[in-house]
Amino acid sequence: MSEQIVEHEKVLEKAAEWKAAGRGVALATVVATWGSSPRPVGSQLVVEEGGDFVGSVSGGCIEGAVVTEARQTIQDGQTRLIDYGISDETAWQVGLACGGKCEVFIEPVE
Amino acid sequence: MKSDILKQLLADRAAKRQVVMATDLASGQVPDRGQLLYPGETDGDDELLVAARRVMLADKSGIVETTDGRKVFLHVYNPPLRMLIVGAVHIAQPLSQMAMLAGYDVAIVDPRREFASADRFPGITLIDAWPDDGVDQFAPDRRTAIVTLTHDPKLDDPALIKVLRSDVFYIGCLGSNRTHGKRLERLGMEGFSEADFARIHGPIGLDIGGKSPAEIAVSIIAEITEALRRPKQAQAAE
Repeated sequence: MSEQIVEHEKVLEKAAEWKAAGRGVALATVVATWGSSPRPVGSQLVVEEGGDFVGSVSGGCIEGAVVTEARQTIQDGQTRLIDYGISDETAWQVGLACGGKCEVFIEPVE
Repeated sequence: MKSDILKQLLADRAAKRQVVMATDLASGQVPDRGQLLYPGETDGDDELLVAARRVMLADKSGIVETTDGRKVFLHVYNPPLRMLIVGAVHIAQPLSQMAMLAGYDVAIVDPRREFASADRFPGITLIDAWPDDGVDQFAPDRRTAIVTLTHDPKLDDPALIKVLRSDVFYIGCLGSNRTHGKRLERLGMEGFSEADFARIHGPIGLDIGGKSPAEIAVSIIAEITEALRRPKQAQAAE
């Protein structure tokens, strides 16, 4: 019936809470997926300036990289649209071990 | 995203309003019509609104390309999933907690106050009413799952008679095969048919051999999840 995924964590509420507390906040959203991407389109992760985050955009594969990009977005106010693909198993390279691909949009909460 | 848009989105969700958020992926800026679209409430054939209506009905967020070549992400926010549990019995305790983790707004109806106490169900909405009135108060919709746990006909049946006339996506009833057979006999006398019976999962839960209340709750959550995520297979397995 439904493709919408309900979160057990309240990502948008957390974004509003951090913003209200005067912290820099960015929101990352999965906008497209290909193959066996672990989280569906619409999954979100919110990041605050110190690097704390709530939510997820993958099975833990790319969160670290997304948080780094999101902190850049908090600093420069620029949106980012980033593709994440299959990871290289020989390196600590960012990617999805599951062999999927996803596109993540990162925006500041202003 | 602007803070005021975020606040409005949170207010819309709290009010269980269907909303689609549009974001231009090149600029992060807001399309002409505004960032929050209400395709269920707004008439018009604006291309973004038409696309928003389509993704909302499919409950599937995604990117659309506009005729002027912009890539716009349409994010569907449909109202939350809900669960009504009839009977504030022991199984209802782990079931209500697990359901909240799975993203459901949960309410329990039971006219027996000693069962439906805030001590036993912290943080859960308790409806102190006879189950048929409780169903009316809860106002179930197509994003609702109903679980009856009392296996007492005078409590379960009035709720079932109400919910069988609604479009909830899942109905499950605790009780043995024998109990369930008698239940269907009684519902037959109320005028319900085989097609109605087919909507009821009884005995409730996937057969995983659960014994404890928490294990039985797992089997119920699993069955509801299957009904939600792949309804065709769930029906075929009945």
